[in-house]
Amino acid sequence: MATTANPEHVPAHSDHDAHDAHHDHKPGFFTRWFLSTNHKDIGTLYLIFAIFAGIIGGAISGIMRAELAEPGIQYLGWWVNFMGGEANFDQNLHMWNVLITAHGLIMVFFMVMPAMIGGFGNWFVPLMIGAPDMAFPRMNNISYWLTTVAFCSLLFSMFVPGGTGNGAGTGWTVYAPLSTLGSRGPAVDFAIFSLHLAGAASILGAINFITTIFNMRAPGMTLHKMPLFVWSVLVTAFLLLLALPVLAAAITMLLTDRNFGTTFFDPAGGGDPILYQHLFWFFGHPEVYIMILPGFGMVSQIVATFSRKPVFGYLGMAYAMVAIGVIGFVVWAHHMYTVGLDVNTKMYFTAATMIIAVPTGVKIFSWVATMWGGSLEFKSPMVWALGFIFLFTVGGVTGIVLSNGGVDDNLHDTYYVVAHFHYVLSMGAVFSLFAGFYYWFPKMSGRWHSEFLAHLHFWVFFIGVNVIFFPMHFLGVQGMPRRYPDFAEAYAGWNEVASWGYVIMAASMVIFFVNLAYAFLAGRKAEDNYWGEGATTLEWSLSSPPPFHQFETLPVIEDHHDHHHHIKPAPAH
Amino acid sequence: MAGNKSHTYHILDPDPWPLIGSLSALTFTTGMVMSFHPDVFNFGTPVLIAGLIGLVFTFFSWFGNIIREAHAGDHTPVVQLHLRYGMILFIASEVMFFVGWFWSWFDFSLFPSTLTEVVDGQWPPAAIEEVIDAFDLPLLNTLILLCSGTTVTWAHHALINGDREGLKKGLWATIILGVLFSCIQAYEYAAAPFGFGGNTYSSAFYMATGFHGFHVIIGTIFLIVCLVRSYKGHFTPRQHFGFEAAAWYWHFVDVVWLFLFIVVYVWGGWGYPTH
Repeated sequence: MATTANPEHVPAHSDHDAHDAHHDHKPGFFTRWFLSTNHKDIGTLYLIFAIFAGIIGGAISGIMRAELAEPGIQYLGWWVNFMGGEANFDQNLHMWNVLITAHGLIMVFFMVMPAMIGGFGNWFVPLMIGAPDMAFPRMNNISYWLTTVAFCSLLFSMFVPGGTGNGAGTGWTVYAPLSTLGSRGPAVDFAIFSLHLAGAASILGAINFITTIFNMRAPGMTLHKMPLFVWSVLVTAFLLLLALPVLAAAITMLLTDRNFGTTFFDPAGGGDPILYQHLFWFFGHPEVYIMILPGFGMVSQIVATFSRKPVFGYLGMAYAMVAIGVIGFVVWAHHMYTVGLDVNTKMYFTAATMIIAVPTGVKIFSWVATMWGGSLEFKSPMVWALGFIFLFTVGGVTGIVLSNGGVDDNLHDTYYVVAHFHYVLSMGAVFSLFAGFYYWFPKMSGRWHSEFLAHLHFWVFFIGVNVIFFPMHFLGVQGMPRRYPDFAEAYAGWNEVASWGYVIMAASMVIFFVNLAYAFLAGRKAEDNYWGEGATTLEWSLSSPPPFHQFETLPVIEDHHDHHHHIKPAPAH
Repeated sequence: MAGNKSHTYHILDPDPWPLIGSLSALTFTTGMVMSFHPDVFNFGTPVLIAGLIGLVFTFFSWFGNIIREAHAGDHTPVVQLHLRYGMILFIASEVMFFVGWFWSWFDFSLFPSTLTEVVDGQWPPAAIEEVIDAFDLPLLNTLILLCSGTTVTWAHHALINGDREGLKKGLWATIILGVLFSCIQAYEYAAAPFGFGGNTYSSAFYMATGFHGFHVIIGTIFLIVCLVRSYKGHFTPRQHFGFEAAAWYWHFVDVVWLFLFIVVYVWGGWGYPTH
């Protein structure tokens, strides 16, 4: 399949000049960035927002690692005073709960999701399918602004009373009864509405992506020719569309239990806190695939590009993501093995969960098979993608351990779980984000980052996160529980190691920001297709950065039946 | 409209309403939290109302713009297809929202709590002495909604056949039936033999039927907008997606009611003393 523009659709020359003069006319600053209806600008806003939220969420984990560097309560009292409270034992512990809650919610809803779907999805889904923009450009912008106001609502929550101090200290899962009877103050209401707003933003975004992908593919771009990144966003959008409304119902029940006397989760009225967990995880488990599937898509593009081969088993790769999405809806109670589920239920959820390893294995092995015999080039996106494949597999393997209901009785709520989900998120999702970032940054900005700094960033980050999270497996197996700011002397050694790992990771982020500054101040200009013949999708037929409105004449995708990817220059814009 | 495009997609100019709508939504939710906690905050209600006004204004302007663009010819066949997809997907997400409320209803009714005398291991809970007779007002409301489903179809067929008077009559009938449903539902709440909250039955009952009622009101407003537009001569037999979206939404509300009627009113109170 080759991507070429159909000459018949190129406008006559005189028209073309007029259009040339017009199409890069950008609105003024406020109009362009606050009232945008342009998918690339909105994608840029999402990426900036995600970096900003990532700095805050990452700084919070720094506070946590500092506190956990040795046994005892060291710094929490200082933070309580800093936030305007009065340091005492209860407030200190509540501050810990607020920190873990904020870290989780920020990283999930305001870093990973905005970056993957809002950022890269917005930028590259229309480009890859040969569309001039999203289907609903105005709705695209309200998705972005609802995400930012949702973040504001979460920030408000940190400055008003929650439980035994300021802020929502419920964990990102907002479990009842801690979030109802246990945290009467307005902080939890602000956090709940933050989730409502972010959820509404994501549902509208999901509608936009599905409509765009189904209806705006360029002539000849059939579903089975669509780049795998577009497939990944399509599956992700369906998960968002069907999972988030259930969360909305669940947290609305929290609101009415808290404020209007309903008893959905209050046993005194016959309610059931476990019902909240079912509703939450019916959303929450698809949510973890929402956070990783776009990463799968990006890694597929990158591995194929730098192997100079089409991805191995394209259709298997696409339908593996569909299978992961479907099965992801029927495994939720593996997050709840210790709540008293009967043994048959645990058996079902164990078996169903393990089945997900099959399509996931299809993906891992297909990436490896793509590289097999390929003409490999270890550019920065490729090393991040390889890091993703390696570390996500580690997290996947510990996931199989945890999927077993019997084993999980022992490991539930220990640091083993923390290690597992940081391997799939901080190393899976985040590595794929950096892979995508270095892959597309010159395309988006028109300027080159330093490949040397990008590699250095990779190696320091790789060492840092492994030093943070690998020891957590040992701590978990030794029995150290999650969500505590203090621990027994026996856990001191590996906790200190993990905290030093944070310092390494933080240093790598300095390299990242230096690299960004370098690119904008001194980076050389990027060509249209700077990765060369391995990069075959439609965004490489456009200039770097692409014109303000691309594809005003739709490209036509021709099938050459030779399974070679050719790319011809786009008609001069 | 940008450039000399040779495609028929709708490229929009920058627009202030997404930003204004989002800030209004934040004002609205902040006002809600403030009014929930009058011990901590003053002025909760004014903030809430300000947010609500902003939201209503946003909806009015946003949909007004869509209508204006439709008349300007921006809604080409592919853009109309987008709108259809958008509406269907929105309704799918709404279905999943109701799944959450039905989930709680089934949890409470199939596994009534034995931990508290309020429920005492039975369904409806011990605290509920009487339930609403499903074959009294709820059956009437079922017939009203089913009937309104036929009148909105009458309006649709009249529109397709160029019979504008039939369109208006069908819409009037549907709106009147919708308002009648809401009034009967309000009376049913006022006369219900159990209050709001305090036990699982009256929590799940009021929230599930209440959210349905809220959707009926939204659907009625949607139909009223269509009626006003039909008086202005807006729809043509070939292009009238605004009407179709309202009709789809109305049918969705109707189907949710059928499930509520069967699951909540009939099955959920089967054999129990009625009011």
